[in-house]
Amino acid sequence: MTKTIYDELIEREDLVLPGNTSCPGCGSILALRYVLKALGKDTIIVIPASCSSVYQAIFPYSSIKVHIFNTAFASAAAVASGLKHALVAKGYDDVNVLVWGGDGGLIDIGFATVSGAAERNEDIIVAVYDNEAYMNTGIQRSGSTPPGAITTTTYAGKSEEKKPMPYLMLLHGVPYVATASSGYPLDLYQKVKKARNIHGFRFLHIFAPCPPGWRFDDSKTVTVAKLAVETGYWILWEAEQTDHGLNFSISGPSRPYIDPARRKPLEDYLMLQGRFRDISPEKINLIKKYIDNQWEFIKRFLE
Amino acid sequence: MITESKGTVKVITGNAAAAWGARLSRPDVIAAYPITPQTTIVETLARWVDTGELKAHMIRVESEHSAMAAVMGASAAGARTYTATSSQGLLYMAEMISWAAGARTPIVMSVVDRALGPPWNIWSEHTDALMLRDSGWILFWAANNQEVLDSVIQAYKIAEHKEVILPAMVMHDGFILSHTTMPVEIPKQELVDEFLPPYDPPHYVMNPKVSPPITFGNIALPADYVKFRLSIEKAMKNAKKIIKKVAAEFKEFFGRWHGDLVSYYNTEGVDTIVIALGNVAEQVEATIDSSKELKKRAGVVKVRAFRPFPKEEIANIARKVSNIVVIDRDISFGWGGILAGEVRATLHEFRVDTPVYGKIMGIGGDEILPEHIEKSLNEILR
Repeated sequence: MTKTIYDELIEREDLVLPGNTSCPGCGSILALRYVLKALGKDTIIVIPASCSSVYQAIFPYSSIKVHIFNTAFASAAAVASGLKHALVAKGYDDVNVLVWGGDGGLIDIGFATVSGAAERNEDIIVAVYDNEAYMNTGIQRSGSTPPGAITTTTYAGKSEEKKPMPYLMLLHGVPYVATASSGYPLDLYQKVKKARNIHGFRFLHIFAPCPPGWRFDDSKTVTVAKLAVETGYWILWEAEQTDHGLNFSISGPSRPYIDPARRKPLEDYLMLQGRFRDISPEKINLIKKYIDNQWEFIKRFLE
Repeated sequence: MITESKGTVKVITGNAAAAWGARLSRPDVIAAYPITPQTTIVETLARWVDTGELKAHMIRVESEHSAMAAVMGASAAGARTYTATSSQGLLYMAEMISWAAGARTPIVMSVVDRALGPPWNIWSEHTDALMLRDSGWILFWAANNQEVLDSVIQAYKIAEHKEVILPAMVMHDGFILSHTTMPVEIPKQELVDEFLPPYDPPHYVMNPKVSPPITFGNIALPADYVKFRLSIEKAMKNAKKIIKKVAAEFKEFFGRWHGDLVSYYNTEGVDTIVIALGNVAEQVEATIDSSKELKKRAGVVKVRAFRPFPKEEIANIARKVSNIVVIDRDISFGWGGILAGEVRATLHEFRVDTPVYGKIMGIGGDEILPEHIEKSLNEILR
């Protein structure tokens, strides 16, 4: 019997060890497990201040079986740039350098650093696990928090829209940009495998539900992640620069939802989460507008 | 007597001397962001990398914060690294400067001293680098263009020494040195290669091809954190010994001596010692040199290494004289001269009661002329 991609996914060595210090139901470490399965052992992870600086374990222990360099909040993509240049200068061309950080570290405070590394087309992978707030410091609002979400710095729910990060990275014209989700490990694994073999700057934006931050039961991480896709809120896509131009495609799990009629009601997604308990109809409309804008933007690439 | 040529003499600026110091040290990775008056260092290195005269990776980053982050990452992977900055740029990278010391990455950085804004001012003042006093970096001040070049080479040998493994800054005054030409002997590459072998990291290396997985910098509880921090203090103490050793070796190799932690001028049989950093000290030396009266009374201790601080050297000389005068080209608001404060604390620690007179001069590029120095000394020595 020939092996399927599922067999491969299961058989690849797990480089994230059990007994780590992540919260139950953590969407971030779930995603990291599949990212590292795809990248393998010859990988260095650069981690800015984030939940992952905590869940990797406390010195002298480590729960992740690859090199990790922890660094200050805004600096990760620049540290990774330097690491990669040094490895190439020393004759080690085939080491993956991965930045693994949250939306605070890569979309807010580290945005200029990520943008700079993208503009220089550094040969690194930058992966943001987006849990839509500063979770490690106790659920404060970030630029990636959606409207209506209650955080400890937006008691009445956030008023502004979510920063459209993956689209901003797409406009940098880098070799590879993709969105992914903790709820779709196979899609994530295949994207990282593809990214691994591309030279230059690669950006992955991974949707990572956070049970304590979003106020849902920790058994529901995958359910919430799937509903985000099924309501059309989080769209899975990838964009690869080729010799013939940009190859943009909507990934399998999101394809049915090009048709708005097939999307589940947004409220199904929102009502599972305590952070949206007081959301006003106006703010629900803001999220709906955000969803429409995303699909409109994407459709231009499909023509 | 036949003397073998050890290099070529060229008339170059302080910034060119810094660039030559970096080039001769064969860095693997350079990352930098432009700021006046540092710019010509970066421009020169970028040109050499493009022409192939310097085989290094040059990362033209989008900020100083990223410049320091990039060289730190490169150093952690075992590369020799160089960067340069000034003033606002130095403060913008401050967070990463502190991180680089904690990461024990022996980066060498030139800092072209410049006043901080506002108001905007591009001229020399030492307050910029002195704000990083407590960052865990070795801090050198160079007094002239030759010392700039020689100190960059020495800094690598000290920073990368297995008993040290700390980053080092080499300061020179904006415009006064950075854009002023002087004859400088550029040593032969073969000699520098012999003096400074490639960097061989004695600790962790961020490279899965050469070492098993290492997690660097994850959370350490207080008992472990203290051990990490104490190891930096221990390395700083070791650096005192290594700075002296390297200065002596350098003299043997290249025939030049700029001092080790300090240098002494006219210190025998005088009753007054003037203490100052780098180029300011050299200006005091020139002033004393031109005045018979002053020469009878005053000598100079040029502080070359501000961290580690030359406590023993300063205490020993202070015991022998009646007056210590400290000239600061810096100010700590609400305190006074920063160097003067360090000298006073040192004398108290060593139970030396020689009076210390502090004088702040040359703020924001205000000229320090011989007549200013003479007037100040005469007021104090009257």
